[in-house]
Amino acid sequence: MSLLEIRNLHATVEGVEILKGIDLTIEAGSVHSIMGPNGSGKSTLAKVLAGDEVYEVTEGAVLLDGEDLLEMEADERARSGIFMAFQYPVEIPGVSTKYFLRAAVNAVRSHRGLDPLDAVGFLKMVKERAPMVDLDPTLLDRSVNEGFSGGEKKRAEVFQMAMLEPSMCVLDETDSGLDIDALKVVADGVNALRSPDRGFVVITHYQRLLEYIVPDHVHVLVDGRIARSGGKELAFELEEKGYSWIEQGSACGC
Amino acid sequence: MSDDPNALLDTWAETSDYRWGFTTDIESETLPPGLDEDVIRKISAIKREPEWMLQFRLDAFAHWKTMPEPDWAHFPDRPWGPLDYQAISYYSAPKTDADRPKSLDEVDPKLLETYEKLGIPLEERAALAGVAVDAVFDSVSVATTFRDTLKEAGVIFCSFSEAVQEYPELVQKYLGSVVPSKDNFFAALNAAVFTDGSFVFVPKGVACPMELSTYFRINAMNTGQFERTLIVCDEGASVSYLEGCTAPQRDENQLHAAVVELIAETDATIKYSTIQNWYPGDEDGKGGIYNFVTKRGLCRGDRSHISWTQVETGSAITWKYPSCVLKGDDSSGEFYSVALTNMRQQADTGTKMVHIGRNTTSNIVSKGISAGHGQNTYRGLVKVRPGATNVRNFTQCDSMLMGSECGAHTFPVIEVENDTAIVEHEATTTRIGEDKIFYLNQRGLTTEEAVSMIVNGFCREVLAELPMEFAVEARKLLEVSLEDSVG
Repeated sequence: MSLLEIRNLHATVEGVEILKGIDLTIEAGSVHSIMGPNGSGKSTLAKVLAGDEVYEVTEGAVLLDGEDLLEMEADERARSGIFMAFQYPVEIPGVSTKYFLRAAVNAVRSHRGLDPLDAVGFLKMVKERAPMVDLDPTLLDRSVNEGFSGGEKKRAEVFQMAMLEPSMCVLDETDSGLDIDALKVVADGVNALRSPDRGFVVITHYQRLLEYIVPDHVHVLVDGRIARSGGKELAFELEEKGYSWIEQGSACGC
Repeated sequence: MSDDPNALLDTWAETSDYRWGFTTDIESETLPPGLDEDVIRKISAIKREPEWMLQFRLDAFAHWKTMPEPDWAHFPDRPWGPLDYQAISYYSAPKTDADRPKSLDEVDPKLLETYEKLGIPLEERAALAGVAVDAVFDSVSVATTFRDTLKEAGVIFCSFSEAVQEYPELVQKYLGSVVPSKDNFFAALNAAVFTDGSFVFVPKGVACPMELSTYFRINAMNTGQFERTLIVCDEGASVSYLEGCTAPQRDENQLHAAVVELIAETDATIKYSTIQNWYPGDEDGKGGIYNFVTKRGLCRGDRSHISWTQVETGSAITWKYPSCVLKGDDSSGEFYSVALTNMRQQADTGTKMVHIGRNTTSNIVSKGISAGHGQNTYRGLVKVRPGATNVRNFTQCDSMLMGSECGAHTFPVIEVENDTAIVEHEATTTRIGEDKIFYLNQRGLTTEEAVSMIVNGFCREVLAELPMEFAVEARKLLEVSLEDSVG
């Protein structure tokens, strides 16, 4: 059984169709990169998988470990193993990151039949995993994402991923707005989390991120459909020739 | 799933109810409805009051009769009044122990479940549920220890009626000195007919050795609809007082008109915290308490300090402006408020900071949360008198809206008559963000957990002002009050 199976997925926002039939199968242990020009539906795919109610699925199916993902609310999906690293993580004033994250970790643990972590156990886990993304632990005493720099927000997202131990990680343009040093730190964190029982969808506009997180598969999304799939070399080809190469290709039907 | 998240919120709000409301039918000795001088004389006689106390009541009543019922408060959704004051009974004897449940086994299990949910300490549950007080004192030795400790420190803490008998000179000196009996319509009514309340006197230089909270909660469960509280802190003394509790309270009396007076002498500090969870009425706006309260503190001495903290989640209508008159030089006042309105609740609340002394400072933090068809109004006054030099005020006034049928309104008034004053006002209005809820959902938290987390974060500055054990209860109270109100 595949970790994630997307079949003929169509989705609209405010009546406008954005995803027009996506087919994609992700095996545990593999990293898939989804690239594509602006407006091609990359972020929509991430949010549809995560269960954002702004989007309406009009056709198709998505299975996570064989379970119907589309039947689940966003929080159930998260507890079942889907994690999305947000492109723009929101700020939640007055809620300490530590408090929020412990609640999240325990929600996921309870779903897995594990006992909740007490404060001591939680802090121990924090200490172990914060260095993975070079995260300053004092950030965790601040309100969720409040006053974090762009780089801190993205590192915090990957840190949350490390804490929640999801089976299916979706990174939505995690590289946007990062300088090269921050990008390396974030990529190192993701690489450390790669494991045989975990799958990744890495959404990016630029090939740059893929120099650090080397994907097994690359898919190019154009106008809501996967226009081309290949190995990591496809990313380099795209870098060289630009998206217009594929867009023209798909337009003329060849 | 719905296309319109607001529609979803509204549906949830419609279906929420005050599931913890609870009443018992217990006979009690009650004066027939109606209000005239005879009724006031009877109340005074039942309470064996001295002549000056009766005179205070009669003066207030004479003046009250000349006053029109106020109609200026902002209740856009729920016109009320005029109330029929002759239809109200003004005296009801406290329940006798024979009428009360003998033990927790006789108490509605639903109510006990709520106490559990709110995290109310085990030893207080019996008292809150109305189990006979003597039985409670027998089982809760901690309460009697409190009494001894206070006595040792010289702190007077008793019912208002008791104070009139035992400490008449203190009561006479301070009663009405901050909220005169003719202050406003409801204060005048209270002065005429109040039945009981609390009296606190902390002598010179004494820091009250405990929060006056637990003890109070156990003792003052049946204070009734016209409550009167007087707290005096003599020079250099300090006290922290908590009124009300998170446990739901139902009352057959629709009108509540309480008066609270605080007096802080030189270098004295009074911290007054309120948690109000009276019955709010049903989702159609039927029933529910009208809570019209006059609360005012006087910083009489130099460097005195008064701080009000309130968490208001109950009542159909709340009309309440805990205020500070900053008379002493270098005195300071604070007001921290969370007001939550759901269903058809209306809250019109805020504060008045009147700066009279030099170098006086005031700080106002108000957080209003509106859900369902709730309407939330902040009404505030910051007044700087001509002689008050170097005054400093900061006001932060934030509103949060849940759903599309509720409202938030702000009426801040600033009157400055001294140009050395620095007065700041900041205000924000936000809708509880779908994006924030989704973010928390995506981390595995249910929508209810997410809303509760966001709301508690929104109120954090205010909750942080509450005594620790109540802060925990207040968080849970906000949770319970919003349960089912968002989808």
